[in-house]
Amino acid sequence: MFDEKDVILEAKHITRRFPAAGGKKLTACEDVNLKLYKGKTLGLVGESGCGKSTFMKFLVALDKPDDGEIIYRGKDITKLKGEELRQLRQNIQMVFQDPAASFNPKMKVKDIICEPLLNFGKIRKKDKDAAARKYLEMVELSPDMADRYPHNMSGGQRQRVAIARAIALEPEIIIFDEATSQLDVSVQKTIIELITKLQMEKQITMGFICHDIALVSSVAHYVAVMYLGKIVEILPSEGLEKTAKHPYTRALINAVFDLNMDFSRKIESIESEPPSPLEVHKGCNFCDRCDRAMEICRREAPVLKTVGDDQMVACHLYTK
Amino acid sequence: MAMLEIKNITVSYQGSEAVKDFSLMLDKGKICSLVGESGSGKTTVIRAVLGLLAGGGKVTKGDILFEGESLLKFSNEKWRQLRGSKISMIFQDSGAMMNPTKTVGAVFTEYIRTHEKISKRDAWEKAVGMLEKMRLPSGDNIMKSYPFRLSGGMRQRVGIAMGMTYKPELLLADEPTSALDVTTQAQIVRQMMELREEYGTSIIMVTHNLGVAAYMSDHIIVMKDGVVEDTGDRDHMLNASENDYTKKLLEAVPTLGGARYV
Repeated sequence: MFDEKDVILEAKHITRRFPAAGGKKLTACEDVNLKLYKGKTLGLVGESGCGKSTFMKFLVALDKPDDGEIIYRGKDITKLKGEELRQLRQNIQMVFQDPAASFNPKMKVKDIICEPLLNFGKIRKKDKDAAARKYLEMVELSPDMADRYPHNMSGGQRQRVAIARAIALEPEIIIFDEATSQLDVSVQKTIIELITKLQMEKQITMGFICHDIALVSSVAHYVAVMYLGKIVEILPSEGLEKTAKHPYTRALINAVFDLNMDFSRKIESIESEPPSPLEVHKGCNFCDRCDRAMEICRREAPVLKTVGDDQMVACHLYTK
Repeated sequence: MAMLEIKNITVSYQGSEAVKDFSLMLDKGKICSLVGESGSGKTTVIRAVLGLLAGGGKVTKGDILFEGESLLKFSNEKWRQLRGSKISMIFQDSGAMMNPTKTVGAVFTEYIRTHEKISKRDAWEKAVGMLEKMRLPSGDNIMKSYPFRLSGGMRQRVGIAMGMTYKPELLLADEPTSALDVTTQAQIVRQMMELREEYGTSIIMVTHNLGVAAYMSDHIIVMKDGVVEDTGDRDHMLNASENDYTKKLLEAVPTLGGARYV
């Protein structure tokens, strides 16, 4: 897809199963292989419960997979412990969906932004005010907000503070977990503009989790589509509405309410809900909802195969 | 005569005006959307229609006419007859409106039995029938489940099924798809469109999703800070509106194959 020498982080065969009631296992991620490229954004789309957040948490080392490894700077970060793990946090940061829940409500904005800097000894206590002002300006907020508490800010402003905290350590990688889905569209747009501007300036590598494929396609350089713990398609985001091959990706595209759409068109949506991740299929996970399912789909799980330029798809329709 | 006529209403919460001079005419079988950012007063408008203003909110000016009668002068008894039968409402998360300690079946049959004198068994049958009409498989199973056991899309369908039991003439929907996945959102939107075809229900929908609003509505009202910023039919709003705020909102909607940031 991009130059192999630009790979800065590689997830290999990531599998995670959670124990569930009745001795069953819930498969959140199964054999996920993804690469992050320097200065590029990976978009990860899928319905709720498909395992996208679980996977991204491994990249930030907030959780460990049962199987598989994540290689960053030649080291498997899933094995890191103690001081080494703490040092890693400087390089990989995360922005959460609900900033109100990811801040300590008793801390002022300046304390929130400067906490990571103080933890790593990057600034001294007396420089806190200046540093907070600098980062607030960077995320296009008024520096005077440094003395506010998070509850005195709007959702968009809080998300900007969360971004300021994430970039304060100048990380190489930032993961955004549904960072804009609670915001109004106009605010969402300004946040997206800010994220992409910072990426250009600082060459940050990003992971962007989202369930809206239209938004992902406009933000990310390449998109991975996840369904019930498995990656079903990886493709470049530009023009994906035309190039997408997997029936599930097509279904996601058809479910978008677009302003340019034909309003007399009947909505084609896949029926029903995703099946429970507790009952994993022997064949393709998607076959019960797929209108092009064949006999082989029920017997055998498809694997990711390269089709055409930079595109990979896991579907029996394209295995020839 | 229009079915619902909102005449220049002003709604205040403890003296501060949340909605100012809002007017709307809705005919039978039409769908109207209220769009705008959070805090623009869109939910306040539809709550005022159903007399469900939260936190001591009051309609201080203007009038709301439903089938020619002023809703604001209704007695509590009359409200009770109207709500849930002639006018229904769907909330953003239908799970949150149900009693979490009761099964869906208990809530649903109680609802039916407050509107109609029928036996518990008949009410159960009726409820299962409605759930199945809303494409919920195995209605019996759902009736026996607690709300938290159901997925967001299923809960929303239960909410729609309850709201549609008495074939209301007017359905008020407050962000009915905002908490759902895109695929489920598409299914719920389709279901709401079918309600209009099947029952001729008029719908007022509050949403911040302009794509959904554009797909569903005959008429769109854009609100900002409690006042109507722009209004018109779909074609006008999408293509011909001169209003800067409307244009700003339209530009912000992510589209496939549209503007890219990277």
